[in-house]
Amino acid sequence: MTMPPPNHRVATEARPSSTIQSLTLTDEQRALRDIARSFLRDRVGTDEVRRIMATDSGHDPAHWAAVAGMGWQAMAIPEEHGGAGYSWTEVAVLFEEVGRAVAPLPLLSTAMATAVLVDHGTDDQRATHLPRISAGDLLVAVAVPVDDAPAPTLVDGRLSGTVRHVVDGAVADLVVIATSDGAVLVATDRTGVSVTPMDVLDLTRPQAELAFDDVEVADADRLAGSADDVVERARIVGAVLLANEQVGLAAAVHEMGVDYATTRKQFGRAIGSFQAIKHLLADNLVALEAARSLAWHAARVLADDDVEELGIAVPMAASRCNETAAKLAADNIQVHGGIGFTWEHDAHLYFKRASSSRLLFHTPSWWRARLARTLDL
Amino acid sequence: MSQATSNDVRTRLDFAIDRLLADHPPATTEPAAFWGAQFDAGLAWVHHPEARGGLGLSPRWLTHVRERLATAGADQSNVRFNIIGIGMGAATLVAHAPDAMQDRMLRPMFTMEEVWCQMFSEPGAGSDLADLATSAVREGDVWIVNGQKVWTTLAHISRWGMLVTRSDPDAVKHRGLTYFILDMQADGVEVRPLHQITAEAEFNEVYLDDVHVPDDMRLGEVGAGWSVAMTTLMNERVAIGGGVPPRGSGAIADAVAAWTNHGHDDPVLRDHLVELWIEAEALRLTSQRAADARTAGTPGPEGSTAKLHWAELNKDVTTFTMDLLGADGMLYPGGYDLHAPEMGVQPAQTPQKAFLRARANSIEGGTSQIMKNILGERVLGLPGEPRVDKDVPWREVPR
Repeated sequence: MTMPPPNHRVATEARPSSTIQSLTLTDEQRALRDIARSFLRDRVGTDEVRRIMATDSGHDPAHWAAVAGMGWQAMAIPEEHGGAGYSWTEVAVLFEEVGRAVAPLPLLSTAMATAVLVDHGTDDQRATHLPRISAGDLLVAVAVPVDDAPAPTLVDGRLSGTVRHVVDGAVADLVVIATSDGAVLVATDRTGVSVTPMDVLDLTRPQAELAFDDVEVADADRLAGSADDVVERARIVGAVLLANEQVGLAAAVHEMGVDYATTRKQFGRAIGSFQAIKHLLADNLVALEAARSLAWHAARVLADDDVEELGIAVPMAASRCNETAAKLAADNIQVHGGIGFTWEHDAHLYFKRASSSRLLFHTPSWWRARLARTLDL
Repeated sequence: MSQATSNDVRTRLDFAIDRLLADHPPATTEPAAFWGAQFDAGLAWVHHPEARGGLGLSPRWLTHVRERLATAGADQSNVRFNIIGIGMGAATLVAHAPDAMQDRMLRPMFTMEEVWCQMFSEPGAGSDLADLATSAVREGDVWIVNGQKVWTTLAHISRWGMLVTRSDPDAVKHRGLTYFILDMQADGVEVRPLHQITAEAEFNEVYLDDVHVPDDMRLGEVGAGWSVAMTTLMNERVAIGGGVPPRGSGAIADAVAAWTNHGHDDPVLRDHLVELWIEAEALRLTSQRAADARTAGTPGPEGSTAKLHWAELNKDVTTFTMDLLGADGMLYPGGYDLHAPEMGVQPAQTPQKAFLRARANSIEGGTSQIMKNILGERVLGLPGEPRVDKDVPWREVPR
């Protein structure tokens, strides 16, 4: 019974022109992955994650300096600005490992800020900030609006208003703010800026509320392009890297569940021998590998700067990878049973990060609505 | 394989393809003649040995050949239509058949002068294939075969069939099987169409009544039929060349057409449509990734999920399309006149028929439940279910 079903058409074309890079890892990318994985496992294991997330800032400067030593902040920064000049494909490889480790490192903010400065920074801003970001000496956050709250107003060089849900806002030195009149860089230590950490679901990725009370903004701190363009660039880069991070997180919880199902015995058998558990894990393997394909594709399209395909690849990855990570992290709690619901078990670290990340750049259905417009559906 | 060697192979392969196309222009050559020339040039299935229609190369070159021939406009419908033979039979013959049998059978298989079928499944042996009961009793140089096979694609027009039988009912079930090539024109072979829920008869039942099979048509040792059958099953679709369908093709195209043609604008339906569209892309890109990984020599689990993913998605998409059709979903255009597909004729397709046909996707070629067991046990390494038929002679297994 192996006749191909009638509606399964065999393709005659090699591949869509949009997919130029192979959907595999090069030897260099594998090496990068292996180094990142072992560093995070050895230095930022979940005991360390728990220690950091219990601190007031949720951030450990010593780790930040250590990863600067590894060159992680420098990856996406052009060589002329003191960076390593890697493509987004390599950065995405790193993010998959960051997700696997639920690492509390402000790398997502750093990558978004890098993209904003490279694309919308003035020559002076790039020359001033990028080398310091690259060295791990400057932390820049980007306030990407995720609700309908009005943007802060910028009138006659004075900034007033509030932005919420600013990832790493409480530890950032500089923040990119989309205002009523363009996007600006604001130093968090300026007079009139108040920063309040928010009580967040996911303690591995702190958020802050930033209030601006008549804060002076110099013309030199204005970014080029409209506020919407700046936010869009940050959101696209952030969504692609977050999708890859979510894939790494999903892979980690899936492996955790498989390990547990292999060793945990009930009714005299490993619970993974029961088809109820086995089939759940098999379904989730399908979901995981499919999500990984979308995440890798999106990273390659971002690296190639294929604007047309970005309009399809990013919503696909943002919708599907976030859904998959949240589902697999939830299923991991279920596979573990009671122990998976305890604070002591790591399952909740992953579940909370996956569930919060799912909402970080709008919901999966928001991305699907966006894709529907692109596809004219 | 080093890059230099790989480039050498490509150069050599392209040279052979160029010469085939120059000597036998697809536009002016009869398909069967072209396929014969393709076989003789070693371009039928390049991963098989020279003089057997191949060049002894890695299977990863199959896609390259198919794509080049497609670009040149060559008819490759033999691969699609004689799929049981070309997709699975050829590899089985190359691995297990004597030279004379390979010389006799491979070329007419590829040129489609001889269609092949596969007789594995039985009414009592579906997912549990190794439980099959069709008996083969040896009498000197001949085996007397009795039993019934089912879901036999193309049996009604086949010249040869791959047949697995039970030759030793006292052995444990996997060890009492013997594999033959069956002459479908032999006395005692009766083929009856099996009408499926679409009204088509893609499949057949085959009744075997005292069929005499010469021992020299046996592949592999007596009692080693299971491993030969595994060769057949493992090669399913390898020879097709791992084509990745274009974006938006297949079942999702029907869904998009139904969305557009019926002027839908409901946000809930739209969200579901886009969700399925993304899922189709996720499957397509995973197939692309699996092909890329095979090319790079770094295959991973992404190569094992496609069947299950595709089957379940195809059911979901075709079902959703019925919602988009609304009242039209209650119709069956063309009606339910029973008919069998004819050689080289593509039957008319409707979304309603696709909806019905998709029910088989999660049954044929391994049910989704069996696929999940395989993924769980062989890819993830989870323990198997307790078995009551393990180490028990086949004759004594409860059934």
